[in-house]
Amino acid sequence: MKRIIVCLKQAVDVSQLKVNPTTRQLMTASAPRKISDFDKNALEEAIKIKEKLGDVEIFTLTVTSEDAKAVLREALAMGADKAYVVNDPSFRDVDTLGTAYVLAEAIKKIGEFNLVLCGETSLDSFSGLVGSRLAELLDLPQISSVRKLSFEGDVVAAERVLEDAVETVKAKVPVLVMVTREINQPRIPSLMMIMKASKKEIVTWTAADLGVQMDKLGSKIEIMEVLAPKTERKKIRITGENVQELADKLAKALIQEGVVGRR
Amino acid sequence: MSEYKDVWVFSERHDLMLEMLGKGREIADKLQMELGVVLVGFNVQRKADELIRYGADKVYLVDDQALELFQLEAYLSVLHSLATSHKPQVILIGSTRNAKPLAARLATRLDAGCAPDCAKLSVDEQKRLVCERITYGGNAATKIAFRAKPQIVTIPSRAFEKPAPKDRTGQILKLDVKIEAPKTEIVDTKPLETSAVRIEDADVIISCGRGLEKKDDKVLLDELASVLCGQVGCSRPLAEDRKWFTEWVGLSGHKVKPKLYIACGISGVIQHVAGIRDAKVIVAINKDENAPIFELADYGVVGNLYEILPALKEALERQLQ
Ligand SMILES: Cc1cc2nc3c(=O)[nH]c(=O)nc-3n(C[C@H](O)[C@H](O)[C@H](O)COP(=O)(O)OP(=O)(O)OC[C@H]3O[C@@H](n4cnc5c(N)ncnc54)[C@H](O)[C@@H]3O)c2cc1C
Repeated sequence: MKRIIVCLKQAVDVSQLKVNPTTRQLMTASAPRKISDFDKNALEEAIKIKEKLGDVEIFTLTVTSEDAKAVLREALAMGADKAYVVNDPSFRDVDTLGTAYVLAEAIKKIGEFNLVLCGETSLDSFSGLVGSRLAELLDLPQISSVRKLSFEGDVVAAERVLEDAVETVKAKVPVLVMVTREINQPRIPSLMMIMKASKKEIVTWTAADLGVQMDKLGSKIEIMEVLAPKTERKKIRITGENVQELADKLAKALIQEGVVGRR
Repeated sequence: MSEYKDVWVFSERHDLMLEMLGKGREIADKLQMELGVVLVGFNVQRKADELIRYGADKVYLVDDQALELFQLEAYLSVLHSLATSHKPQVILIGSTRNAKPLAARLATRLDAGCAPDCAKLSVDEQKRLVCERITYGGNAATKIAFRAKPQIVTIPSRAFEKPAPKDRTGQILKLDVKIEAPKTEIVDTKPLETSAVRIEDADVIISCGRGLEKKDDKVLLDELASVLCGQVGCSRPLAEDRKWFTEWVGLSGHKVKPKLYIACGISGVIQHVAGIRDAKVIVAINKDENAPIFELADYGVVGNLYEILPALKEALERQLQ
């Protein structure tokens, strides 16, 4: 039996996030939550591996300071076998190092595994650091930016997309892989799968259950400000009787701006 | 605390290294520190003088055949060893797909913080380094300061301008460090199938979104682009879902800063807009007068792109005569 651990972040659904136009503050507290997109790709990839190899067990792992059960039901419905959540109010202000530390402690408690799958980055904070930090803490070989993955015997082969090259990389398990959104299209669970998932187990741990050292949760960075960016655009509407007039006026404006011209 | 000093710059890509040296110099001057460069690779010594001309005071050179290819554990062990013995206060690392994991792991090994993908950096009155990055899918800009040292920041390419080289002197320190063996094996590398020209370099970009009905209609954009010596770009669905392009503009794609960005049939979803925030002039062409892109553009034209684009091309050709 092979075991895959998929790290799932419960993220703010940024497409439904509202901004207070006068203060430019984000209303994150009231925004809906969901599985971070990239992590969903990681879960889908785990399920594909299971479909191919058969004898595979998929655990998801979430570190949060909020209730995540609703979101994890979806992961179980997609095909995960068991979900682990480490939920503790002391995680509220952790940075990427603190998150990776708790993930690492939880993985140690889970015990044996062959593969840890993470998303390349997260939908809301978009840091893309946690997977790598986790690999460091667990002293694992790491393969990031993966758009294609295969797992045979005890070897993982992956195709990485770099800025100007595609690299094929191999490593022996246990290994940590970070996937891009290109790798697959996550499935949408059917009603049957959703019903079946209600019988699956969600294991909830607290910081104390893992023996987390509180001094390791102190953030190394300070978030000074999170504000919607100012938009300082002219917002000039070009109007005209017909297409020709619109085009003429726009062309004139662009020439006056000095942004077009012969070189 | 004061034992940490100097600002360091590292990238495995020479162009990105030069871009970071300008900003690195500015920060080092404000903090009254020296600017160091970590030059790692095989047969790279010849690059050291150029790095000094671009602003470095010190070049920490580690030249070894084992460093010919970027391999995470090998490069990580070099940076870790140098940072442990020299204690830089700030380390700027070019945010490539290879070096971002390196930055994250270096920060972890040093029990330090990391501010990823910061396109703005400054030093405040209390001499604190303040880093700014885009978060929440383009909905926010987040300002970050550090509580621990070293302060590790990753810098996207094109965030800063390459400085002008000067006639200046610096010190080259050739160092021997123990290099860790890689834990993964590269079995093949091939060039990525992308357009030959980098869209980040374009002065004019004409971009299309889902308003474009057929792949062949791209010709409308190509024609306008050729009049303006520009390049053609797109929103993500045209690349990811329809596969008409291989790359796209936006938060998860290319961040561009052209003089002129013309968005045709693009609604203006925040993730797309996050990639064009630094454009000088944004033009929106959209048939829906309520499309959010109009709120984010300098000039808006409500209309059908299939009519506007040919007319605009003709008008520009005429007026530029
Ligand atoms: C984590 C994440 C990251 C993302 N990253 C990116 C990214 O980097 N870049 C990106 O682009 N997207 C990104 N997206 C996707 C993004 O959310 C939007 O789905 C996408 O930008 C919409 O593309 P669009 O504007 O082309 O399409 P639509 O939103 O469908 O807009 C099409 C527009 O075309 C107009 N139109 C239609 N026909 C015509 C016509 N004949 N003439 C004129 N106008 C016409 C319509 O009025 C409409 O406004 C990301 C999403 C997520 C969740």
